[in-house]
Order: sequence, then structure tokens, then C-alpha cells
Amino acid sequence: MKKIICVILCLFMILLPLTLSGCSGEKGFEGEINVYNWGEYISNGDEGTLDVIEAFEEKYNIKVNYTNFETNEQMYSMLKNSNSSYDIIIPSDYMISKLINEGMLEKIDFENVPNYKYTMEKFRTSGFDPTGEYTVPYTWSTVALVYNKKLVEPESVKGFTSLWDEKNAGKILMFNNSRDSMSIAMQLCDPPIDPGKTDFTFEDINRATDKLVEQKKYLKKYVMDQVFTEMEGSQAGIAPYYSGDIYTMMQNNADLTYCLPQEGSNLFIDAMCIPTSCQNKEYAELFINFMCDPEIALANAEYIGYGTPNQAAYEMLDDEIKNCELIYPSDEYLEKCYTFSNIPNDVYLYMQEQFVKACSSSAEISDVGEEDSESDIIYTIIVCILLAVIIIATITMLTLNIIKAVKNRGRIQKS
Amino acid sequence: MKSKKTAYPYMLWMLLFTIVPICMVVYYAFTDENGNFTLQTFVNASDYSQVFLYSLWIALISTFICLVLAYPLSFMISRCDEHKQSMIIMFIMVPMWMNFLLRIYAWVQILQNYGPLDTLLNFVGIDITLIGNSGATILGMVYEFLPFMILPIHTVMSKIDNSLIEAAQDLGASKFYVFKNVIFPLSVPGIISGITMVFVPTASTFLVAQYLGGTQLMIGDIIERVFPSDHHTGSAIALVLMVVILGFLVFMNRFGDEEAVGV
Repeated sequence: MKKIICVILCLFMILLPLTLSGCSGEKGFEGEINVYNWGEYISNGDEGTLDVIEAFEEKYNIKVNYTNFETNEQMYSMLKNSNSSYDIIIPSDYMISKLINEGMLEKIDFENVPNYKYTMEKFRTSGFDPTGEYTVPYTWSTVALVYNKKLVEPESVKGFTSLWDEKNAGKILMFNNSRDSMSIAMQLCDPPIDPGKTDFTFEDINRATDKLVEQKKYLKKYVMDQVFTEMEGSQAGIAPYYSGDIYTMMQNNADLTYCLPQEGSNLFIDAMCIPTSCQNKEYAELFINFMCDPEIALANAEYIGYGTPNQAAYEMLDDEIKNCELIYPSDEYLEKCYTFSNIPNDVYLYMQEQFVKACSSSAEISDVGEEDSESDIIYTIIVCILLAVIIIATITMLTLNIIKAVKNRGRIQKS
Repeated sequence: MKSKKTAYPYMLWMLLFTIVPICMVVYYAFTDENGNFTLQTFVNASDYSQVFLYSLWIALISTFICLVLAYPLSFMISRCDEHKQSMIIMFIMVPMWMNFLLRIYAWVQILQNYGPLDTLLNFVGIDITLIGNSGATILGMVYEFLPFMILPIHTVMSKIDNSLIEAAQDLGASKFYVFKNVIFPLSVPGIISGITMVFVPTASTFLVAQYLGGTQLMIGDIIERVFPSDHHTGSAIALVLMVVILGFLVFMNRFGDEEAVGV
């Protein structure tokens, strides 16, 4: 009896999602598209903003299955390995060039995207999509410096060199991801390495790593999202971060201000593309066209806070934002900026590995320089000896226990 | 016979979620990307030996502080009447109902510059940075894992028969003598399990050092960073950590057995 109940319950559990998904299909939509985007990266109706997805569903009677990813790499592995298909993806620059190289993107038929005419000329083609056939840019932003006027001397902040400045020791934050950190270090190397190039050698990465290790003794922390609490709470003095987010931080703490680094910085563009696994290209192009509509692009730009490549939407923005050099820097500044391009996988892994090494290096040891490798060897030897002792001790104790157990066999133990 | 049958699901569980993962870690640790046998992973892992020793050191200190704090406390709790005991134990448990990350955030708020404690100390005239050093990391660890030390020691202590202590006192033993020859030996099993329950997680935990410590990371953080891009080196570090912890456990068990035999 119990077994039968079990089986029935199991069947019920398996069938439940099927029946539910069956229900949702009956709502009377003409079709559906799968959109795969960054988290918090579309105007979603919060606090009186426009719900873009709902607006699209109402207008075209097409259901949107909207899912999020957290990193470009996660998006890539889902696209490559899972059998779910996506009609629209919105990855970043270097990932797009990787997808194009691997033939995973469809060319967009721009006749179906009349609203493309609003897209600013300067963003139509770029390093990752030289012909502009595969992508429609969605947002763009740069990396800038945010600093606290009370903790850091405002006149001294000119560029990324302030992040290596002894005067700011203990107040500096740095990106906790390899690509962004390494790029800043590369710009400051002597002679500088172009962080936008595709053919990094291991030597380039080693030099950047040395630069990061050099910074370590002045550093407070490596952070990503923690930068908000650190900077808004006046815990740290200066940090590099993404411009759109710096704007948010500045609104929450009046002491904060920004600096566009004189060296130039990373310009990053996220763009809409259609992967080859797309089920319905017409609908996908319809969606892209909808996103390029000035009203919709405006709602998204206001919600996300990053720059919009849509000329009409840009003109409709508040003057305060439109004239803010942080979010919409001048063309001369953008000239100095670089975009990431795709780098070979082994180089990327090496970069990752070296970055963790830079993070784990001890500031005091790297200070001494020459003795660096020597003390490393000593530490390694200590750990090896420790391991050897433990393994030997474990084995002897286990054998002793076994011998004891064998001897005691058959004897009744008194409780 | 019946009891064996009911154990099968658990055995399956063990096989799936304990044995298989350990085998995978061992396999990854000894192979490279192409699946060939290699020891290169351990050479890569040796770059982090300084972090490794630092973590063990932090874990040792935290465990010691936990023991020093927890032992007298649990002794005092165990001498209260039962109603009070369960009350106090509940109050020790309450913070554990909250999410671990939230508690660490709370400490960040307390210790940060211009935070309550810093302001108070500045007011008195002491100007020190409270956060971003090993001390803060140890504080976080002790706070996080103190209940795991108190509970086992308290359980053992509360089982000590009061008449044993009275008997010793009747026979003319001084207070110190009673402690040394009666209470302490009887509480050893609790101390042993307490130490294991604190040392093992402190050595391998992550995030605490990232939030409370400065730039010096612990081995858990390193594994977290290395693993996504390089499963093999990550596994090698994890394996070394596992071996050290295993050795520690065997050592503690051995120690516990002998003491128990001595009593």
C-alpha cells in the first residue's frame, strides 16, 4: 500500500511542472521568444518605471521568456552546452567577438529593424563587430575613478596613478576581477601595454602582475559589489568602477566625486545579438526593433543608468544626465579609451591564475623583492614537512587501531 | 535485517554525495586538462603555501580563544538549575538562527571607521583601525564558531554527577585539586569534539576574511577564486587541506581515546 502511495506521489511530482507549463501556453500568445540578459538590466516597472517586457507582450502578442545571467562566461556555457535555445542575448564586447569567431551569431537583417536609424554612428561598428552586421548596441559605459574629497586630496587625483600613490595607502580599493584589474595595471606599466589588444604574451601578464603586487601594500581591499558600501560609507578613499554605478554612489554620498583618468580607460559596450540557435528570427528582430524605439530606450537608459547609444533617447534625457561628463564623456576622451577584444582561452586562464597569485601575495614579502622566491620556498618546505608528518602519523595510528581491533576481535565489550 | 534495509537510502546518499565527490576531487587533483596524470597541480598549489600556513595559524588561534572563553562559561552554565540552563543555551543558539553572512555584515558595521565602536574609542582618545586586519578576522571566526565550542562542552559538563565533586571535596581535595582530577578529565571528550568542530570550519571557511580582514586572504577564499578557472589546482589545494584536517582529526581522536581510558 505504502509503495503505491509513493509511486503516485512521485508521478504527481513529475507531472506537476508539465501540467503547469501546459497551462501557461494556453494564454493566447501568438508565439514566444527567449531573451537572455544581465540581471537588473532592463526597465522592469519598479517604482513607476515602464515595464518594457510587458509593453512588448501587449503590443505584439508575443510572450517573452526573460532569464538572467551574471557573467559573460556563464552565458557562453549556457549557450554552448545546454539544449535550451535563446532568440536574443545581450553579452559584452569581448564575448561578442568570441561568439562571432566561433560562428555562433546570426547576421541581423536591418530591414526588419527600422529603428536602427536612431543608433549613434560611432557605436554602429566597433572592434568586436567591425562590419556592424551582427550587433545592435544596447548600453555603453566607461571605467572611471570615484574618490572621497575628504579622504583623498582632490588635486592629486588625475588618473590611475593615484591608485598606486603612497599618500592614499590603506584607502585604495581595486577591482576583484582579473580582466579589469590587469587592464589598469597594464596601462601603468612602463612601457604601457595596450589592454585592448588580442595577442597578450605571458610576459605582458607577468609585468601587469608585478605591478599589481607592487600596489598590494597600499591596498585596502579587492572588491566588486562591496564598493558601494565602502565608498558610500566613507570607509575607503578611492576606487575604480563603472561610471553608471559611480553616478549612483555620488547620489548617496555628497563627499564623493569622479575623475576621468587621463590615461583613458575601458569603454565597454553591451549589445543585442541573435544566436544561431534562434527559433524565430523574425520575432527576435521585432524585439530588437522594439528595444531601439526611442521611448523604450529612454526608459531603459533611465533605469540602468549607463549610457545609451540611441541618439533620440539621448536627446530626451534630463539635461543633468545628458551633460554629465561621467556618463557621457566627450568624444576626445572616448578616443583615448579602448574596448576589450577576445583573447585566447589559455591566456585568459593564465591571467586569472596570476591575478589570484597577486591577491594572495603578502605585501610584506613582496616589499623585500629579492628574498621573495627564497621565503616562498621556505613556506613550501614547511607545508611539505607538515604534510609528510601528518600522513605518516595518520597511517601509523590507523594501523595501530586496526591491530588493536584485530586483537580485540571476539571479545565481548563491557558497556 | 530490517534495520539494514532502512539504511540503504542513506548508504546511497553517502555514495552519491560523499564518496563520489571525494573521488572526483582526488581525480582532478592528480590530472591535467587532458586527463593525464600530473603532479604539476601540487606545484601550482605550493604558490599558496604561505596563505595556507596563515589560515592554519588563524584557525589555531581562534580555536584556542574559543576554548578559553567557552570552557568556564559552559562550566558555569552546567552548574545552574535546569530551567536556567535551557534558557541560557537558547540565548547562545539564537544568533545562529540568523544567516551567517548577515552576522558578518553586522560586524563590518560595528567595526568600520566612524562606526559605533570606532567613534567610542576615538572619544576616549584611542585612535586605531579596527577592521581590515588579522585581529578582525579572528574576532569574526570566534564569534561565528563559539556556539560550536560551548554546546559539546556543556553537554558533557552537565552530565558530570555533582556527587563526584562532593565526594572529592569530602575526601579533602582543594578546589584546584577537584578541578584537576575530577572535572577536567571528565570533560575531555567535550573539549575534543569542541575543538574539532571549531578548528575544521575555521581553517577552511571563506568570506569572513574577505569582509573583516584586509588584503590577506585565507585558503578558503583562494580555493573559491582558483576553482572556477582551474579545477585541477583548486582540487589540489582542497585535497591538501583535507589531508591536514584528516590528520588533525585522527590526532584528536587518539588523544581523546587515551584520556578516556585514563579515566
